[in-house]
Amino acid sequence: MHGFDFEIIWRTAPYVFMTGMVFTIKLTVFATIGAIILGTLLAMMRLSSNRIVSGLSGGYVNFLRALPLILIIFWFYFLVPYIFGWILQAGHPISVGGFTSALITFVLFEAAYFCEIMRAGIQSIPRGQIGAGYALGLNYWQVMWHIVLPQAFRNMTPVLLTQMIVLFQDTSLVYVLSLTDFLGAANNVAQRDGRLVEMFIFAALVYFLISYAASRTVKRLERRMAIVR
Amino acid sequence: MNYHWNWMIFWAQAPDGTGTYLHTLIRGMYWTLGVSVLAWIIALVFGVAVGVLRTARIRGLERLCAGYVELFRNVPLLVQMFLWYFVVPEVVPKALGDMIKAADPTWSTFWTAVICLGLFTSSRIAEQIRAGITSLPVGQSMAGTALGLTRPQVYRYLLLPMTVRIIMPPLTSEALNLIKNSSVAFTIGLLEITGAARSMQEFSFQIFESFAAATVLYLIINAVVVVLMRLIEKWMSVPGFIGTER
Repeated sequence: MHGFDFEIIWRTAPYVFMTGMVFTIKLTVFATIGAIILGTLLAMMRLSSNRIVSGLSGGYVNFLRALPLILIIFWFYFLVPYIFGWILQAGHPISVGGFTSALITFVLFEAAYFCEIMRAGIQSIPRGQIGAGYALGLNYWQVMWHIVLPQAFRNMTPVLLTQMIVLFQDTSLVYVLSLTDFLGAANNVAQRDGRLVEMFIFAALVYFLISYAASRTVKRLERRMAIVR
Repeated sequence: MNYHWNWMIFWAQAPDGTGTYLHTLIRGMYWTLGVSVLAWIIALVFGVAVGVLRTARIRGLERLCAGYVELFRNVPLLVQMFLWYFVVPEVVPKALGDMIKAADPTWSTFWTAVICLGLFTSSRIAEQIRAGITSLPVGQSMAGTALGLTRPQVYRYLLLPMTVRIIMPPLTSEALNLIKNSSVAFTIGLLEITGAARSMQEFSFQIFESFAAATVLYLIINAVVVVLMRLIEKWMSVPGFIGTER
């Protein structure tokens, strides 16, 4: 334990937080929003009475859930430029930058997990409400938007937030693309100054404090917003 | 698009001189399976112990075990991997640290990954065990005590046999998670499936063939584990429960 250098943490904190943590939080927030939207659409497809539609969604979700996130990160890192090149008819791959690539990956990957949560949320709504909606002359989208989804979101808020904490921790895996997220920034300092012990303990501590505080808050929220039935 | 597909690449010789690229991937699969199986054993042992202690109403221990679970759940797995690999050898007594650093690098990454993944998964299994035990009617442990069983006997003969059978489905998904999480060991240099695919991609430039092969391997392992666990589940299921066919 000789020469444990705390000073380096203070010295590099502006870089680690302003560059690294900002990247991590931006990625977490945008990916969560995107994944919830896509996941909800997937959940609605999954519950469709059309076999092909529900099969497509189910296949997508089960396929992605069977694969490790790191592998998916690599897949999309290399695949996205080709897809963009193909869409824009450029004739060559178009590089999109690390953040965009990571964001696309996390939205598409986490949507599979948010889909399962939203599916449970939608299924928790009594069937009679949907029938009532149709009886009032609403169409499918109106029933979903005005009746089912608001309640599904409310019921599932704690689970969605918990999944967001998982996503926050998962963003550390963009390290494999050498992006400068929080862990990436800490790692840069650690490698440059040969201070692996200090920086990794510090990074672990910060992740712990944020995740722990967030999960406690979610738990309190869950108790407060529970509907007495 | 100007990507040149070459599915025959798997039969080309890898530049590290250890056989074809296919061999590289198969060896990767062995590493993935090896890490996962050993980590699973650690995870079960520690998970059951911690899960039981959390319900055992021993004040100090209960808090300690809750802390254990929170610690492993709130730090990203990748950071934990780095802590075990880079930090632990520096902060343990110097003789032990030197021994770790002098070890064969392939095996030291392997065992680091096993310990890291084992303990990480154990915290999740502990939660499952605790939830399983608390889901049992209180009457069961009361009945056990009334019959003159000691606390350990109540757990050994009444609570745990029921709990393990109830939590088989979540255990299956934990096993699948563990296999997926073992890909994180690639970051400390273990050439498991993802690592093997990555190295194949870097040497051969056949990006999509490499990752497609890794994807197929993961899907196969997944399918095998699901079938195996379902067999165990059927064999262990409790007669009279809704989920039981008999």
